[in-house]
Amino acid sequence: MSPFFESILSQLTQTLLVVVLAPAFLGWLNQCRAWLQNRSGAGVLQPYRVMRKLFHKDAVLAKNASPVFRAAPYVQFSCMVLAASIVPVIETDLAFSPAADVIALVGIFALARVFAALAAMDIGTAFGTMGARREMLVASLSEPALLMVFFTPLLIAQSTSLNAIADALAHRQFAIYPSLAFAAVAFVMVLLAENARIPIDNPSTHLELTMIHEALILEYSARHLALIEWATAIKLTTYCALGIALFVPWGLAQTGEWQMLPVSVLAFAGKLALAGAALAVLETVSAKMRIFRAPEFLGMAFLLAVLGMLTFLLLGA
Amino acid sequence: MTLPAVLPLDIVVGVVLYWLVLGVAGLVRPQHLVFVSRVLFPLSVAGALALTVAAAVSVTQPPAAAVLPLGLPDLPFHLRLDALSAFFIALLGFAVTGISLFSSGYFRHGQGTAPGLLCLQYHVFLSAMVLVLLADDAYLFMVAWETMAVSSYFLVIASHRIPEIRSAGFLYLLLAHLGAIGILLAFGVTHGAGGDYTFDGMRQSQLSNFWASTAFLLALFGFGAKAGLLPLHAWLPEAHPAAPSPVSALMSGVMLKTAIYGMLRVTFDLLPFQLWWWGVVALVLGLLTALFGVMFAAVQTEMKRLLAYSSIEHIGIVVAGFGLTIIFHAYDNPQLAALALVATLYHCLNHACFKSLLFLATGSVLHATRERRLGKLGGLIQSMPWVGALALVGTLAIAGLPPLNGFVSEWLLLQAFLFSPGLPNPYLNMLVPLGSAALVLASALAAYVMVKFYGVIFLGQPRDPGLAKAHDAGGWERAGLAWLAAACVLLGVFPFGVIALLDHVTLPLVRYAVGANAGEHGWLLLAPVSAARASYAPLLFLLGIAGGVGVTFLAVRKFYHGRVRRDLPWDCGYLALTPRMQDTAEGFGQPIKQIFEPFFRIKRHMPGPFDAQPYYSATTEDRFWHWLYVPVVKFNHRVSEWVSVLQHGRIYLYLLYSFVTLIALLLLAR
Repeated sequence: MSPFFESILSQLTQTLLVVVLAPAFLGWLNQCRAWLQNRSGAGVLQPYRVMRKLFHKDAVLAKNASPVFRAAPYVQFSCMVLAASIVPVIETDLAFSPAADVIALVGIFALARVFAALAAMDIGTAFGTMGARREMLVASLSEPALLMVFFTPLLIAQSTSLNAIADALAHRQFAIYPSLAFAAVAFVMVLLAENARIPIDNPSTHLELTMIHEALILEYSARHLALIEWATAIKLTTYCALGIALFVPWGLAQTGEWQMLPVSVLAFAGKLALAGAALAVLETVSAKMRIFRAPEFLGMAFLLAVLGMLTFLLLGA
Repeated sequence: MTLPAVLPLDIVVGVVLYWLVLGVAGLVRPQHLVFVSRVLFPLSVAGALALTVAAAVSVTQPPAAAVLPLGLPDLPFHLRLDALSAFFIALLGFAVTGISLFSSGYFRHGQGTAPGLLCLQYHVFLSAMVLVLLADDAYLFMVAWETMAVSSYFLVIASHRIPEIRSAGFLYLLLAHLGAIGILLAFGVTHGAGGDYTFDGMRQSQLSNFWASTAFLLALFGFGAKAGLLPLHAWLPEAHPAAPSPVSALMSGVMLKTAIYGMLRVTFDLLPFQLWWWGVVALVLGLLTALFGVMFAAVQTEMKRLLAYSSIEHIGIVVAGFGLTIIFHAYDNPQLAALALVATLYHCLNHACFKSLLFLATGSVLHATRERRLGKLGGLIQSMPWVGALALVGTLAIAGLPPLNGFVSEWLLLQAFLFSPGLPNPYLNMLVPLGSAALVLASALAAYVMVKFYGVIFLGQPRDPGLAKAHDAGGWERAGLAWLAAACVLLGVFPFGVIALLDHVTLPLVRYAVGANAGEHGWLLLAPVSAARASYAPLLFLLGIAGGVGVTFLAVRKFYHGRVRRDLPWDCGYLALTPRMQDTAEGFGQPIKQIFEPFFRIKRHMPGPFDAQPYYSATTEDRFWHWLYVPVVKFNHRVSEWVSVLQHGRIYLYLLYSFVTLIALLLLAR
């Protein structure tokens, strides 16, 4: 098999894996949370059932919905698929990876978010615009923090390409970077904010004053809503995969190591399950913040990331 | 095929003359709107296109020079078309093509200045900008610079019957002249003591560190006043809204770039060497300007003011890139210097496209609704689908989203920032990455601002019932907008051609070209340093998103259905969902106002419990206005009062003053 064909194959496998399994990851997270709250939970497969139900329903659109509103779910979904195909999950030989580096990854998330915000403003209800405003606010503060988080690993790897970073961190001789620890904490904080989790937002609420993401998609129904929910799940999974690739990349298969693939799939699944459980614990033990505390939270993430970078520059480790 | 040897420089000079003739032709029938807008402006488009082609061709050619027998007896006008000026002339020609197309359908009667006169001012402005870029001696440069300032002043006050517009124009003229003094002094310092005011003479002059730094700082001040750098930005948010929209587009999209050209010309071409701390000054000033601009843009309630503040932001980003170029160049890292310079120039070009596009779109909105306050607009995508769709392209581009053009230049600039560690100065190694954080914060807030801009104007429900009847833009206006929107897409998806052209600009200035690397991996992959370090394939990106949308759409239709039911939006169980329940522009900007409160000067009036007519108001003002401008004005008044003691309006007193002066001079000169 030619190397190019091989990389396309592994690209497709990996993208499909993330896209198909993302709702299961969300289901697993919810299940863990239910257990922690002493409920029995709806099961890991519940997100698939919800999506199936939504796909079968008739879409209800507001009378004044413009094409922006109808296009937004598709744009969000394909942005997230694109993002999922950039992050190395089981191996680092990906056909699509030269097309976008970490900065472009941040750009994809931003594109999806801007479309979501514009669509929310399209109907012209109080909730939609409020959600758009809050979402853009949180994003505009978390984006710099996210990029600062990327700084340390990319200084270590001397590359902004995610594959090169993951390769460098996973297959270089084992070394512990204190700077990466700072970056990892900051990354978890950004992950919580960007994915609308507690303490910035609460994904299971529809209480007017507190919701951000749910307010954004309040006007959506049926297949549009299903696509958005799916995109949200892919986003969360991609973020977790990103954290795994940057901070605990061991087990990632290198180019052409087919015999390593089962190991790396298992390693990834295990790490993802652990990440989901950890997120569930984090969400159970913390409470949602007021929206105007969010800048402090994200400011802290930003400072931690900067500290990580300065540690690297000063200590070289 | 052999063509007669027409040099690009001849074509450029020819277009300048052609534009001047068109301008004078406007005076033939100054009140005849159809003649001016349907005949003269489309003819102007042809000139702009010729200019673009000629300049783009001459970027790759060796510099051409000419001397015109005009000007001072011992200092005729020197013209020179080298790669740097050719690039900026191409930028001008490209943007003007779109703006003149738009103008052909834009101007109306009854705006104050007669259409024919406006046509003259417009074309004098264009010609003066080209001459600024062509000038090869300080005299012609200053003449063209001042002509540019004065002609644009007259364009700004086109609706001169409105007092606010007159005072905005005055502020603009004042700051333009302050800047001109700075530039004049910078040239004076740069030319040394040789007495040779041609740029060639200046290149030969030997300067000490002190005088070179003085010249740089004076030039930064002078050109900064035109570009809108902090704290000389005050004219932008006044003059841009006052001017007719095509003029705002010209000023913001093109004229600000002449200031950037001036900075580059003086720093990298005329001055014999560059010191690293100049770069730090420019970098810090640029980043502060960018953050300031975007924060104020977030709280604006008037669409053209919002765009003016956004221009301040983008100029800040460009100047930060300029500073980064100086730093790398001074530390002899030509590869990164070239990368930063390419990013800077590319951002200039991008800004010319998307900012002109958005200013023109506000012009169409203004004509259709007669409303410039964001709080009275809304839902225009329904009644103005063309303008809505084209402005959406500009909005996404200016927000720096892939795969459009704004992202490419920000990506390039971030690459330059990210690979800065390795400089021999440890403090800079810390400072520069922090600078990139400021840059990212500014561009993330820019996305916030642009969502506000587009969402409040075009989306939602009309906040005023009359808006539903707003008419879409006419054919000429659409063509102008479409030209610029297409540029936003093409510059985003195919950046390679322009970057290859920019090689010819960076090579003489910083002695390195990144295009060779960028082109090594074919035209699909943009990898300015090396593919292992960083790469970006915008076309794959666009295809990925477009393909994803298409496949998902078809798959959903195939496996499920495409049924849609239209109904009223969810009204939370209440019966009256009114357009007033949407966020206003103030509401949308409120979180930014609250988080960054120390940066604004906010005046609030809270309603009291016993007020007969309770009202709430909050106005946001610029702190610099009160820190800098108001004290200067007060000081000026006080000085005038002192001087006015001498003034009594009696002739014998003035004769006495003359007499005393004469005696004093005779005594002194004895």
